[in-house]
Amino acid sequence: MNWTALAVFIFFFVLIAVLGFVATHWRKGDLSELHEWGLGGRRFGTIVTWFLLGGDLYTAYTFLAVPALAFGLGAVGFFILPVGVLNYIFVFCVFPALWTVCKRRGHITAADFIRDRFDSRFLSLVMALTGILSTLPYIALQLIGIQMVVGALGFPMQGFWSEVPLFVAFLILAVFTYTSGLRGPAMISIVKDALMYITVIAAVIYIPMQLGGYGEVFGAVPLNKLLLTPPDAGSMNQFSLYATMAIGSGIAVFLYPHATTALLSAASADTIRRNMVLLPIYAVVMGLMVTMGYMALASQVRDLPEYAEYFQHYGVNFAIPAMLMHFFPSWMLGLAFSAIAISALVPSSIMSIAAANLFTRNVYRNYLHRECEPAREAHVAKLTSLVVKAGALVFVILLPLEYAAQMALLAGVWIIQTSPGLVFGLFTRWVERRGILIGWVVGVVSGTWMMTTTHFTSSAFVLHVGDYLIPGYAAVYSLVLNLAVTVVVSGLMALDRRRLHAARAVAANALEMPVGVESK
Amino acid sequence: MKSHKPTVGRWYWLLLIPCLAMLAIPFYNKVEPRLFGFPFFYWYQFLWVVLSSAITALVYSKVRKSHEEDEQ
Repeated sequence: MNWTALAVFIFFFVLIAVLGFVATHWRKGDLSELHEWGLGGRRFGTIVTWFLLGGDLYTAYTFLAVPALAFGLGAVGFFILPVGVLNYIFVFCVFPALWTVCKRRGHITAADFIRDRFDSRFLSLVMALTGILSTLPYIALQLIGIQMVVGALGFPMQGFWSEVPLFVAFLILAVFTYTSGLRGPAMISIVKDALMYITVIAAVIYIPMQLGGYGEVFGAVPLNKLLLTPPDAGSMNQFSLYATMAIGSGIAVFLYPHATTALLSAASADTIRRNMVLLPIYAVVMGLMVTMGYMALASQVRDLPEYAEYFQHYGVNFAIPAMLMHFFPSWMLGLAFSAIAISALVPSSIMSIAAANLFTRNVYRNYLHRECEPAREAHVAKLTSLVVKAGALVFVILLPLEYAAQMALLAGVWIIQTSPGLVFGLFTRWVERRGILIGWVVGVVSGTWMMTTTHFTSSAFVLHVGDYLIPGYAAVYSLVLNLAVTVVVSGLMALDRRRLHAARAVAANALEMPVGVESK
Repeated sequence: MKSHKPTVGRWYWLLLIPCLAMLAIPFYNKVEPRLFGFPFFYWYQFLWVVLSSAITALVYSKVRKSHEEDEQ
């Protein structure tokens, strides 16, 4: 047990637990109303929204898994950089309009907008369930992140004692989310980001110095992994994969309910635009984080006997913790690990709130208890947030580790299918709800089928065009099908309606004729 | 739903530049020239994250006025 690191770790954990409760009184609002509990009263300005979104998107699991991707596969892991460009541009163009409609019409979730815009309870239910299902594995992954750093601090990795820190983290998370709502993670995210920036900046300066500079760091990467595999006579190889991952994640990231919730809690549409100018700072830090995967290669932590047991248990995802343990003094390690653990708590809290908002508004209120009063709504949401987190906890304890990661991959393929409803709904008039619904079905079914070709271990699907192979992100391929179906079905319905109108007009003319004749 | 004046809407097209720069993989999938030890593939993408932020800032400064009235 590393006592110094553990002491620092516990200190920061207690600090953020206290902050989580203090947040109840921050910018005080009536927390028995859902827009206050679940959207922080739509009062967060540019700075708080920036921290909240950063805390929301760059999670503990991202910090562990994306550098591990670079560690294992090389250049592909850097797709996070083009994603950082594409997703902020997507949000800049689309979400200010969504915010404005939601504010005007009192919507709390994106599915509320869908219900209102397409006048369909069922479509909003479908969108809400897609969101809730996509959120659950993510919460589970965050808990796994906590488990990993706690294990690295010297707690047992298996058996009863390995679960205890999880229960403690879960309790803190559950109670502050219940009492403070979105204000809790918003306040904690400021501490989280400060710790994370300190960790990353220290790591990207100090560790390469130990290794002999960035030239050495990149020199440690095998040549065939340093760049993307270029196309050859038979396949587009990693070029098409990289491009589709960038486009797919670029669209999908902000469709996750926790991201949409954080955007809708902004004080104005302009707050969102300003944030899309400022958020690339996180993308740069995240990119630096990914180079840490290469530092882990250069320092050969995988071959050090003291970490063998961890690598065996957690796989390549342990690369970053191992490297931090290898280079950082104990107190700094404690700080870095608390940064990772808190990076798990902030998004988990927002995710459970987002899922609770969806359940309350688009399942409970629409189907189970119509016209329910605001206080009841907030109460249901608070309880749901508990149920969602408990579900994730049970998931982590009972199921093998890799299930959560596989479900999260599948979630990416599903959540992107909600984009046509949102974008067409905001910017066009002619798209029909039936088109959106059938498109969604086609997208989800085809995307899930594509995932079965890799047995859910990867979301890369190899498209065959004649003899030529085009590997790509399944979310993008299935979205193309979804869009095509949405457009075609809507177009056919519009034609059908025009024909119907024409037929009616003919019929009406025929009936009116005598009248017309008489009046002459 | 969105009703900015057509001349203002034109600024949004600028945002295509960083998207295309990021998708121009055959152009940047190279080791040389290096910068501070970073192969081209890496520093090119880092640079475009920053440039993208700058271009978004420019577009923002041009469109914000026209959105002000219809978003309150």
